[in-house]
Amino acid sequence: MIDNTLNRRQFLKSSVGVAAVAVAPGILLYGMANGGSEGASAKVRWGMLIDTSHCAEGCNDCVTACNKENGLSGGVAATDSQWIRKIEIKEIAGGRQLSLPMMCQHCENPPCVDVCPTTASFKRADGIVLVDKHRCIGCRYCMMACPYKARSFVHEALHDQNPDVPRGKGTVESCTMCVHRVDQGLQPACADACANKAILFGNLNDPDSEIAKKIRTVASVQVRADLRLNPGVRYQGL
Amino acid sequence: MYIHSAVLFRNRLFYALVALAGIVVLAGLYSVHLMEEHGHIITGMNNQIVWGIPHVFAIFLIVAASGVLNVSSIGSVFNKHAYKARAPLAGLLSIAMLGGGLTVLMLDLGRPDRLLVAATNFNPTSVFAWNIVLYSGMFGAVAVYLWTMMEGRMKPWSKPAGFFVFIWRFILTTGTGVIFSFLVARQAYGTAILPPMFIVISFAWGLAVFHIVQSAIYAWTNKVLDDYVQKRMKNLLGVFVIAALYFVVAYHLTNLYFARQSDFERFILSDGGIYPMLLWAGYVLIGNVLPLALIYLPGFGKSYHVNLASVLIILGGFSLLYVFIIGGQAFPLSIFPGFEVKSTFGDGAIGLYYPSAPEILLGLGGVAVAFLITAVGIRMLDFVPHEDTKKFH
Repeated sequence: MIDNTLNRRQFLKSSVGVAAVAVAPGILLYGMANGGSEGASAKVRWGMLIDTSHCAEGCNDCVTACNKENGLSGGVAATDSQWIRKIEIKEIAGGRQLSLPMMCQHCENPPCVDVCPTTASFKRADGIVLVDKHRCIGCRYCMMACPYKARSFVHEALHDQNPDVPRGKGTVESCTMCVHRVDQGLQPACADACANKAILFGNLNDPDSEIAKKIRTVASVQVRADLRLNPGVRYQGL
Repeated sequence: MYIHSAVLFRNRLFYALVALAGIVVLAGLYSVHLMEEHGHIITGMNNQIVWGIPHVFAIFLIVAASGVLNVSSIGSVFNKHAYKARAPLAGLLSIAMLGGGLTVLMLDLGRPDRLLVAATNFNPTSVFAWNIVLYSGMFGAVAVYLWTMMEGRMKPWSKPAGFFVFIWRFILTTGTGVIFSFLVARQAYGTAILPPMFIVISFAWGLAVFHIVQSAIYAWTNKVLDDYVQKRMKNLLGVFVIAALYFVVAYHLTNLYFARQSDFERFILSDGGIYPMLLWAGYVLIGNVLPLALIYLPGFGKSYHVNLASVLIILGGFSLLYVFIIGGQAFPLSIFPGFEVKSTFGDGAIGLYYPSAPEILLGLGGVAVAFLITAVGIRMLDFVPHEDTKKFH
């Protein structure tokens, strides 16, 4: 009788031990995946101000930095992904020439998000427009809808991906405003890499931020402002 | 003995045709496998021409699937007996082409394996998401409509079912047109004329397909189409072709009037190489002038003329869609109006597109799926029009 009780006690003890060992890693992993992530705040609106007068023709540093940061090949074939590209423009009437970087403009009213059938294209609370690679079915409707030609379709298998920037063959992708860096308090790779400081990154909603102050004082425009999409990227000197 | 051998020959021919269509379907599926394996790199599509020849096939089939139901609607909704007798065949053709078109559309996706994701994540602001509902609803609605027509006890329901299908297909083709008219920044699209244009175009293409299939069935069963029916349907086809052309002309004229659109129109109408050629020679000449001559000119308008006209209308339809879908994307986006633009990403440049064998086979596979559904359907169920010619007059 005593032996039986002892056995039962030992059994219960060891069961609890085994259960704890079994469950603990799960709780730990769950904590790692969810703990500490506060989610994007709607109080913030991330944006950029690009000073075209400081953007040098022929300089490709922002593009190179983006490719390196996000694990892009850097190829420029029509089927290669280009999240940011340098555009050389010349005014037809006056002949004035400019060089500027073009990427996802992170619209407040993004057409890509409106047209996406599966809600894979979405806008974070802080204004960053992203593609959920697990939901994208690769229909490319967002590419048809984007007025800035900002999106690329992954046409072939990928190798050596950056773990922070998941990508996938058969899905659409675009500039993430380096969301993985922004969430760590860093600025996007392109802004970091620009030697001329032509790309100013910051919180448009914070009246004391450098970007907000500058937008208040210098003339800047949104590309295709007529479409009323309210992009988070603005250009100075355009 | 003669009759026996003729039946035997027809049987063999039937199985040969079905086998041929089966091979085309298999070739299409193999293409899909290759696209899955290697990615869309093996197609001619790229980051500028994101929708290619598979979409031309898919949209043709889906639009024609809606339009072919006109034959049913004229019968059920407007009570014309000549058309009522043909309503079941029109319903079958609609299901067949919708099936073929959707197969192509789905298998061209970057991730066709995620179909369940599309079914479980619904974005109410996306026309594509609406279309998923509209297309699958169409299958159900037409299936019920066929049931009410072919099952004696359900006959009283055939009129309301026909009316429901009539409404549904208008919304469906509107949805197809809206896919393009909701694109705010593309110069070829983003106009409210597209949904009605697609609806009227669907009438012409659907009826052209119907003519060909009906003639094939009549030839196969040694039946002769009643003169009255032939004349009515021929004239209707002519009217639809003219109405569709009217919309296409109105679309281009409106664009020509806007200075901001003139570069795009110059590209599509004269300078764009393959696109103006396909528009003028393919759509206008082959798809309109010749068919209308075959239908209306004195001495023409016989059954075989109308069949030839129908084939030409279909070829013209493919030409128009190629120009509309691919030409519309080849013309660069106007990101900086008033500026000359160049970049490594094709900004300011005409997009290049050369359709590859796998994507063409995928498109043809969709046509073969439609053929198979039609052929097997006609063989197994009673879809051949039975008419009481006394009721026509």
